[in-house]
Amino acid sequence: MNGDPQDYHIIQTKNLKEALTYLADSDTKWTPLAGGTDLMVLLAAGLLPTGNYLSIWDLPELNKIHIEDDSIVIGAGITFQEILTNQTIKKEFSMLTKAAEMTGSVAIQSRATIGGNIANASPAADTPPALLCYDAIIEVTSIARGRIDYDYATFHLDYKKMQLKKDELITAIKLPRSGKPHTDYYHKVGTREAQAISKICFAARAYQQNNKVDDIRLAYASVAPIPLRARETEFFLMGKVICDQVIEKACTKLAAELSPLDDIRSTAAYRKKVAANLLREFLCGIGQKNYKS
Amino acid sequence: MQKVNKINLHCTINGSKKNFQCYPMARLLDVLRENNLTGTKEGCGEGECGSCSVLVNGDIVNSCLIPIVQMQNKEIKTIEGLTNEQTLNKIQLAFLKYGGTQCGICTPGMIIAACKLLEKNQNPTLQDIKTALAGNLCRCTGYSKIFASVLAACQEQRP
Repeated sequence: MNGDPQDYHIIQTKNLKEALTYLADSDTKWTPLAGGTDLMVLLAAGLLPTGNYLSIWDLPELNKIHIEDDSIVIGAGITFQEILTNQTIKKEFSMLTKAAEMTGSVAIQSRATIGGNIANASPAADTPPALLCYDAIIEVTSIARGRIDYDYATFHLDYKKMQLKKDELITAIKLPRSGKPHTDYYHKVGTREAQAISKICFAARAYQQNNKVDDIRLAYASVAPIPLRARETEFFLMGKVICDQVIEKACTKLAAELSPLDDIRSTAAYRKKVAANLLREFLCGIGQKNYKS
Repeated sequence: MQKVNKINLHCTINGSKKNFQCYPMARLLDVLRENNLTGTKEGCGEGECGSCSVLVNGDIVNSCLIPIVQMQNKEIKTIEGLTNEQTLNKIQLAFLKYGGTQCGICTPGMIIAACKLLEKNQNPTLQDIKTALAGNLCRCTGYSKIFASVLAACQEQRP
């Protein structure tokens, strides 16, 4: 049954300062609502908690992309549509463009924001694996403490738990620009190309020197309560020359490292198998070998 | 919790200025339908099916996912505003001619999505059409007649 709008207090804020002032009110709990593509779904299902909501849609301070010398700063209110059409992001952070393209449909992309995708903290969201590969920094702002930057890799603590206090708002996502040559890979597995929530999503980036892995990031969604990097498998691959034997060992390591769940969208066994297959495809690509199964 | 009061909402719908008294969390979809704009349909009510698609400041959105408080001073276009009462636009005519509509629930959303596509790209490939309409589900036609209708509308649009 639909939630009754009479039970929900929602205010449209005009600027960041006003929004942060509401959030700083210690007597009232305000829940930020941006494009509504997650929270309004709960409203329709009768599952949205009644109470006070703060609309942060259209806040001018959050609706900008700054291209700086060493990083790109994406305002938390930037929509997936805006990410898709930004040429610098497309050129330098193509996995983020791909993730935005794979999220929802055109109508969802014009409302869903990157800040909301992080703050909703779904383990199945499509941008987090890409952001993890890019060493993204999450800028969080409050009246009391000003701006604080968090390494995105440490931002999600547990299922739906983050480094985000009641009086704070995610205000920007910063992506460091890297000049080093690298290989990127992004693949989302869902039941359908549009509108599907992932069964598994994988993003990876590798830097090589003299054919050896100099640095590597392997990031997964939908395999744990939070989006995460496969640190043990990354560690195993450091310094290695990618060959068939190393690829197989890495896939075995990965299967031991991940512990996905059976749920409505897929099974743990399928997820483990596909996680390893995606890693194999990525590594075969960087090793420039044709893997024969 | 204190009682929620209705707000005054000003926006433009299909070119006319409107004022509403409504609860701020009311969905755009319900406000439209309660004001006789029943061309916009509710399918799933959770942003999956696209039946409730409308244009807000030119962007295609699911009106079931929008709290009306966010529509202050916005420009909204619904299926009723695509053309005047006497004529249909090329996409609507093509849907009639090529059997792109059956039960009709998805049709307004499909047509809004097709209009949005043609506004940006007057010569779309079949794949462009599929991508643009991927957020609009139809349980009757099996989609081929919808895609054929949109393709035909583009061909008729060409000089």
